[in-house]
Amino acid sequence: MRYPAHSARRLGSQVLQLMHDTGHAMFMLLEAASFCRYVFSKRSWNETSMQMYITGIKSLAVITVVALFTGMILALQTGLELRRYGQEVYIGSAVSVSMIREMGPFMTGLIIAASVGSAIAAQIGTMTVSEEIAALEVMSINPNRFLVMPRLVALVVMMPILTVYTNILGIMGGAVVGATQLGVSVQAYMDNATQFATNKDLYVGLFKAFVFGIVITTVACHQGFMTREGAVGVGKATRRSVIISFLVILVLGYMITRLFYV
Amino acid sequence: MIRFENITKVLGGKTVLDNISFEVSAGETFVIVGLSGAGKSVTLKHMIRLMLPDSGNVVVDGEPINHIGRTALQTVRTKFGVLFQSAALLQWMTVKDNVALPLREHTKMDEEEIGRLVAEKLRLLNLSDAGDKFPADLSGGMQKRVGLARAIIMSPQIVLYDEPTSGLDPVTSRRIDDLIVNMRRELGITSVVVTHDLHSALSIGSRIMMLHEGKIVENATPEEFIRSKDETVKSFLESQYITKKGKWETGLSHE
Ligand SMILES: Nc1ncnc2c1ncn2[C@@H]1O[C@H](COP(=O)(O)OP(=O)(O)OP(=O)(O)O)[C@@H](O)[C@H]1O
Ligand SMILES: [Mg+2]
Repeated sequence: MRYPAHSARRLGSQVLQLMHDTGHAMFMLLEAASFCRYVFSKRSWNETSMQMYITGIKSLAVITVVALFTGMILALQTGLELRRYGQEVYIGSAVSVSMIREMGPFMTGLIIAASVGSAIAAQIGTMTVSEEIAALEVMSINPNRFLVMPRLVALVVMMPILTVYTNILGIMGGAVVGATQLGVSVQAYMDNATQFATNKDLYVGLFKAFVFGIVITTVACHQGFMTREGAVGVGKATRRSVIISFLVILVLGYMITRLFYV
Repeated sequence: MIRFENITKVLGGKTVLDNISFEVSAGETFVIVGLSGAGKSVTLKHMIRLMLPDSGNVVVDGEPINHIGRTALQTVRTKFGVLFQSAALLQWMTVKDNVALPLREHTKMDEEEIGRLVAEKLRLLNLSDAGDKFPADLSGGMQKRVGLARAIIMSPQIVLYDEPTSGLDPVTSRRIDDLIVNMRRELGITSVVVTHDLHSALSIGSRIMMLHEGKIVENATPEEFIRSKDETVKSFLESQYITKKGKWETGLSHE
């Protein structure tokens, strides 16, 4: 008899906790966003450009491999299907449209969440447990301005750029598979690819990348600030930041596609 | 200057501070001692509202700080310099940049002036050679001293020291003690020092408070403190070979 009431209460308190945390994260995001006007002040800019560099360079190798193979898999998968109808030439558009609209921002988002997002959560988490955040607060240095804002700007700028890079490589990967496995010449592939992909696809994809950049920074920084219990806590925060980012990216990616295409 | 009024704080199911009241007057060097886990760091954190009490008031300069808004809180915090137990330096900045941080954030000084002030503080703390190193490349004691340089760079009225000399060699420890004494004598700075080291507590403190199991078991001048009747205080004194015979002779000096 006691058990259901107990779990209901626990569920209730977990929902409340979730709402509380989300509110907290939103407040942090809004405050950091309001500080974006200082981004070009000398010191903020140093930090921001360093974060941009880290974001852009750190994951470039992984992104390159993942993008190429994503395009290759897409081409092979759809190509084999299309060949049954003798329509292989359409892999160009199949790959380019799904890369630009869906897979480009999605793959980039996952990689950045796993590499840069986790690093942000670990760094801010470590700072939280070693009292560095407390020290900033005592010095009246707002961590949302000092730490969150530069990372937010860096990710929001770099995510679309990296997504374009992912798109280009993915489409190239598709062309390689088309030429070597499916007998579609690069010329024909490219013609087809450019013919069907619209500007709208590009804008929607970049909009997703922009949103994912916000999501990754917000989740990672928030998890960092919520860290408790020393090194173990930092591990937990890092893992949670990656998982939560993945989930939010999936759901929001779907919702944005629905919003613009249904 | 800082007054605790019936502060109670429960952390993780344990009553860390149990209805505590005391006052730190201006210009005083107030020392807090106690066993590990007695709540000394928690007490310091209440003074700058890094922690809020479950009940009671913390009053700084006549102003209760528990419910003030953000700007007012910032104003209160500018009165303080804080040395954290873990030094709390930013790992990706050099020693110089760490010490310069409050100046860069809150003043309009040019780099030359900042460099001069930073160098001066580093020299004071015997850190002149460490300016370009990163915190991770420093020993714990050196990190502490960098934390101290950062705490005093803005010339605060009150400095909170959480174990300023733990992990330091005896010579450097005495140097830090002298620094605390000098800041009081020359600049009239109020200090609150948390320490395990009774020798330094007795030599720098104008008042010593001992915390034990959430309560204040003693709050007295050094002379009164070594004559305390309280059993906890007595055993604490004996553990560090301090007897009330001489001015505070150590057991070792009888050898
Ligand atoms: N954020 C926290 N959450 C839960 N418990 C805490 C927290 N901070 C401190 N405590 C607990 O409060 C008690 C007092 O901690 P505090 O850090 O004040 O001890 P201390 O007197 O400074 O000890 P030490 O000399 O080892 O630094 C300890 O039992 C500690 O576990
Ligand atoms: Mg402590």
